[in-house]
Amino acid sequence: MSKRKLILIGNGMAGVRCLEEILKEDPEKFEITVFGRESHPNYNRLMLSSVLQGDTSIDDIVLNSYEWYERNNITLCTGETVTVIQTEKKTIQTDKGKSMAYDDLIIATGSNPFMLPLPGADKEGVIAFRDIKDCETMIQSSEKYKKAVVIGGGLLGLEAARGLLNLGMDVDVVHIMDHLMERQLDVTASTMLQAELENQGMNFLMNHHTEAIIGSGRVKKVTFRNGKPVKADLVVMAVGIKPNVGMAADSGIETNRGIVVNDYMETSAPDVYAVGECAEHREMVYGLVAPLYEQGKVLAKRICEKETGKGYEGSILSTKLKVSGVDVFSAGEFVDDPTVRAVRIQDDFEKIYKKIVIRDNKIVGAVLFGDTSESRNLLNLIHNEIDVSDMSQVNILQTNDDNTPNTVAEMSDSETICGCNGVSKGDIVSAIQNDKLTSVTQVRDCTNASRSCGTCKGLVGEILEYTLGDDYDSASEKESVCSCTTLTHEEVVYEIRAKGLSHTREVMNVLDWQEEEGCSKCRPAINYYLGMVNPIDYEDEKESRFVNERMHANIQKDGTYSVVPRMYGGVTNAKDLRRIADVADKYEVPLLKITGGQRIDLLGIKKEDVPNVWKDLDMPSGYAYGKAIRTVKTCVGEDFCRFGTQDSIGLGIAIEKKFEKLNTPHKVKMGVSACPRNCAESSIKDVGVIGVEGAWEIYVGGNGGSSLRAAELLCSVSSDEKVLETIAAYLQYYRETAQYLERTSHWIERVGLENVKAVILENTQERTELIERMEIALTNLKEPWQDIISDYKKKHDLFEEKALTMIDN
Amino acid sequence: MMKQTLSKQQVKICPLDELPLQVGKKIVINEQEIALFRLQNDTVKAVENKCPHKQGPLSEGMVSGDNVFCPLHDWKINLDTGEVQKPDDGCVKTYLAEVVDNDVYISL
Repeated sequence: MSKRKLILIGNGMAGVRCLEEILKEDPEKFEITVFGRESHPNYNRLMLSSVLQGDTSIDDIVLNSYEWYERNNITLCTGETVTVIQTEKKTIQTDKGKSMAYDDLIIATGSNPFMLPLPGADKEGVIAFRDIKDCETMIQSSEKYKKAVVIGGGLLGLEAARGLLNLGMDVDVVHIMDHLMERQLDVTASTMLQAELENQGMNFLMNHHTEAIIGSGRVKKVTFRNGKPVKADLVVMAVGIKPNVGMAADSGIETNRGIVVNDYMETSAPDVYAVGECAEHREMVYGLVAPLYEQGKVLAKRICEKETGKGYEGSILSTKLKVSGVDVFSAGEFVDDPTVRAVRIQDDFEKIYKKIVIRDNKIVGAVLFGDTSESRNLLNLIHNEIDVSDMSQVNILQTNDDNTPNTVAEMSDSETICGCNGVSKGDIVSAIQNDKLTSVTQVRDCTNASRSCGTCKGLVGEILEYTLGDDYDSASEKESVCSCTTLTHEEVVYEIRAKGLSHTREVMNVLDWQEEEGCSKCRPAINYYLGMVNPIDYEDEKESRFVNERMHANIQKDGTYSVVPRMYGGVTNAKDLRRIADVADKYEVPLLKITGGQRIDLLGIKKEDVPNVWKDLDMPSGYAYGKAIRTVKTCVGEDFCRFGTQDSIGLGIAIEKKFEKLNTPHKVKMGVSACPRNCAESSIKDVGVIGVEGAWEIYVGGNGGSSLRAAELLCSVSSDEKVLETIAAYLQYYRETAQYLERTSHWIERVGLENVKAVILENTQERTELIERMEIALTNLKEPWQDIISDYKKKHDLFEEKALTMIDN
Repeated sequence: MMKQTLSKQQVKICPLDELPLQVGKKIVINEQEIALFRLQNDTVKAVENKCPHKQGPLSEGMVSGDNVFCPLHDWKINLDTGEVQKPDDGCVKTYLAEVVDNDVYISL
């Protein structure tokens, strides 16, 4: 029997998710073609705000790679828009003049951002927040401009605003109402949210009606019907979405706000279906993920002619705000009215607010602020319409109470656990049973559940407990190093010390690793810990190093490497520069770039040239690739600067010479500024030194990378020697107590600045011992480039390639 | 660059001792890039030197057991089957690699 021709219009989360369900139901039934307007494979639109906030990259949010389409024999036409559906003839036409017949057609065109029809809305710098392109525009704008205005104080607007703050812009949020997120939050929660976001640096213009966007060419300012105009270099409109139904309506398919569908996602035209944000079901149009996935499942069953039960009966809306540092959750009905009663808890000190709305002994809605740990529980109680009359109020608001019903057991198999990746309870249970999974990490690796935003980890744990019963050991869930072991980082270090372990294979063997040879996560960690514990005897294991640290150069996306020579304190001279220039000519180096750490980066060097480049440079490695001491950035200081009162260059060079080549749990960047103008940006360094009259101030735990954090003052000392000593004690304490790949900024938040002060400043004995151990760690360090150049076998093992030419006989 | 006369299918690459343990080696045969690995147990594996994700050079990846982790984005690829391990998807071409009299051969 020949396959039925299925066309999907819209290459987004809802449509492609539906295809996945169809392939699960009946992989052979259809010959599938997908048309998508954006020139990307299907990606996780929900995570765009994480991309914007710098927590993840665009590559990481792709849900289905091109390879996935290929493997499933799906023809994907990106950058191509379907212009009309001829429902009588059962054909479609595209903007590229293509005409194609279908047996079944799914419309999943999603929605478009609603752009306010304001005067000037077409100016350059006025965008929505909807797709990868918008995200890129915002990132690019933040590099050139300072002031952003976000119109819309709803979910999307606030996420966009937070992202723009992270990108270093000043942000005004304009909202037409008196309260933020009024469609999800009551007044109390909304007020708390606003206070919290103001704390984070967002500025709010509440109850403001935008009137016009002013500027010649590019936007310059925004004016209001009430209130003063504000300056704007970028305007992001996030006032809502409207279902994308134009093409369907033009093709004669019944539309209202969205494309009208019944409980089986069927439209008014035969064999034409609609799912996702473009579909209107029982007068509801959904813009959230869970409902779209529920719709997709029903449609997949329907289209594959499987039993669909009652079909799709609508979804209860629930929302989580994805803004770092603010936990907000809302579900179902949250407004007080005479037919409902509510339980409330408000703690202004802890900034926690919880409200649960009950009608006829059933929970119908909830709002949580500050602590959203109960959100899944509540959502299940709402979904399953559990009678809560015999539970006291307190029970509902406490997660750890033994009386809470085992909600996981009561959930149906089809219920979505992981909204980001659309994984149901049934998927997880069968993976646990079939693949014998025992940990949350294993479930993540096998099913994708909890891989994206991670909020469902707790629930995955509960499902493990429910499926495995007593065989599930939740204690072993505490942040194990990786899925090869149940031990935490601290436990591994403890065992290495206690049992005197001295080799990665020995560690994995003695500590019962589940994978005999470990993985790319645990092996570098064990290698680091062994070197930290036994600095003299341990021989570093190159095969347990990530490529950059093995090759002592940074791998680039095309497989070439970049080389950064050491330049102590960012100071160079004519001779070194001339040599770098000669090397760049000789090896035709495609790009020379000054790095953020005041070094010169030679990029695009072929692997086989790398050792020769080192040899010709005749300079030490700058360690730009390592989990190690990186650079000490310095300002000009007293020799030339009008303001500098201290020798920042001299101290910076001394620090760098003392600690270079030292391995650390993660990279360590330092800076020395000669005065509080702080030109070396010491306050966003792992260790930053700032000169003041007669003293050096030492700041620690700063970070200028993906999680911006200002360094905190550790102490003030009066001499260069004291600076070096204090840094020695501080870094050794970090080396011994941080988890591998934990930056100082995260470590210090975990262990606490006061604790660090107590150990390395107040406890003289501890301080002395730390400094002694640091001195030992520093004695045994080899210059890696010289080491490889002078060792034929190492050089051959790492850098030689082989080329053979076949001669046909 | 070395030239050698080769039989139709099996290509002699090098003595086994020339391959470092658990560190890959890139081999180019008639412009075909192959990643060759000597595992901890002294068996040798050969796969196409291109991760299906972003074409990362697998020869530079970390080797654990029968798997290599791509150096660019840490995809895990089984060297026996060429299959990308969960939760990612895809596969790379594998080549039969053998050690005969301490010499490594690949069948093309």
